[in-house]
Amino acid sequence: MTAALSARMRVVRSSAFELDLDLELAPGERVAVMGPSGAGKSTLVAALAGFVRLDAGRIQLDGEVVADASVRGTTVRRGIHVAPMDRGVVLLGQDARLFPHLSARENVAFGPRARGHSRTDARRAADEWLDRVGLAGFGDRMPAQLSGGQQQRVAVARALAVEPRLVLLDEPLTSLDIQTAAEIRMLLADQLRSTAVVITHDPVDALAIADRLVVIERGMVAQHGSVREVLLHPATPFAQALSDHVRIAGRIGDAD
Amino acid sequence: MSSGTGTLLPRSLIVPALLGLAFLVVPLIALIARVQWNTFWDDITSTEAVQALGLSLGTALAATGFCVLLGVPLALLIARSSPRIAAVLRALVTVPLVLPPMVGGVALLFLFGRRGWVGGLLAEAGVALPFTTTAVVMAQTFVALPFLVLAVEGSLRATGADLEQVAAGLGAGRWMILRRVTLPLAAPGLIAGVVLSFARAIGEFGATALFAGNAPGTTQTMPLAIYTAFNGAGITQGTAVALSLLLLVTALAVLLLVRGWRGEAPRRGVPG
Repeated sequence: MTAALSARMRVVRSSAFELDLDLELAPGERVAVMGPSGAGKSTLVAALAGFVRLDAGRIQLDGEVVADASVRGTTVRRGIHVAPMDRGVVLLGQDARLFPHLSARENVAFGPRARGHSRTDARRAADEWLDRVGLAGFGDRMPAQLSGGQQQRVAVARALAVEPRLVLLDEPLTSLDIQTAAEIRMLLADQLRSTAVVITHDPVDALAIADRLVVIERGMVAQHGSVREVLLHPATPFAQALSDHVRIAGRIGDAD
Repeated sequence: MSSGTGTLLPRSLIVPALLGLAFLVVPLIALIARVQWNTFWDDITSTEAVQALGLSLGTALAATGFCVLLGVPLALLIARSSPRIAAVLRALVTVPLVLPPMVGGVALLFLFGRRGWVGGLLAEAGVALPFTTTAVVMAQTFVALPFLVLAVEGSLRATGADLEQVAAGLGAGRWMILRRVTLPLAAPGLIAGVVLSFARAIGEFGATALFAGNAPGTTQTMPLAIYTAFNGAGITQGTAVALSLLLLVTALAVLLLVRGWRGEAPRRGVPG
């Protein structure tokens, strides 16, 4: 079986920091990435999404090479770099970032429209997705008329409606209150069927949403394994802190 | 207006505020007071007046159109450039704004005149631009373009590239991003820019006078007609006053029209 994501990434951001890590995901697998501030999480997201170029290495999605820094010749001086819009990678960030001038329905229909579906089909798909994220009947609302949690639900629907090859979740719950965050966490655990990389600072997210956990520190993989395994046997002080955090919350036992 | 946050500011500011308002409004009242109503209708329906008004509206609309066609891409270029390049480009765009329009007219004449760089080539092809209606539109575009570029660019910069990245992530191509995300979000700036550049174009005098001349029917727009009437030997100043009032009313009508349209457009802030 070909991996859904196979990435070997090296991105030099400055003399003080570089990202250098490998990531391999099976189809449908959801991997959490955790690390202290400045560990390279944002750079990882930008590299996978296509907003920064690799300095070395290569990224394959469903077997297709979307970035390869080693291919250089007279025609491709700077290596292969597939533009963000052509990667089939969709990013769901901390802010919902809904298009403020479009209704909830048109926000969700945007991706299907971009992929060439007719207006009618795209709207039907959008309504189905709004229903799935618990916002049936909210299609005509403008983003400003929705609460933060509702906006994030629309963002989830919008991201998943394009049936992406890879979903990048970059701290999708951070700006929500605890109760809303819990609701969206449940929603993601429930609806997220795509291959996904979940960047988070909360081990509860990793437990709820992800199958595996990769701890990165200073741009490199510090530890990886099943979420439970890493939290039960932390190998670095940072992983230990994560482990302590969930131990206090008393959630490791509930994870299975 | 006097309640709410205003009450926390120094009360004495009301004096210069009202003075400023009076300074803007009272001269216009003085103008209207001088209208000679017995000849007003004849003044504004005279051939010269109708021609000048038609020419002014036509050329100003054409100039506004060119401003949009050239100015929006230029605003996009500036808004999405690196800060240093954007600063240089913005300075270049601002120069015509601080330049006396007369100088702009002379500059256009030197470029497009018969012995100018471009004008020389055009002359060989049998085309002469100066002192034509085309020259009027060019002069107006020259002075109005900076207003449109700066208004649109400010609006684009406020929106940022975030939502464009989101759209790209959802698979939208470059034109779709421009059409469905970038331009709709910049709409308030675009509308403000259109209003400003139209107002600037319809009031344009200096560059037009030098580059296009003052020929009734082809290059004599309202401001030039007013100037001519005011200085004209044997003609009462009543004609100039009547034409001024006509221009004032026309400008107000356009402004209200755009305002009304703007009121319908959704104007919502970007969350987050």
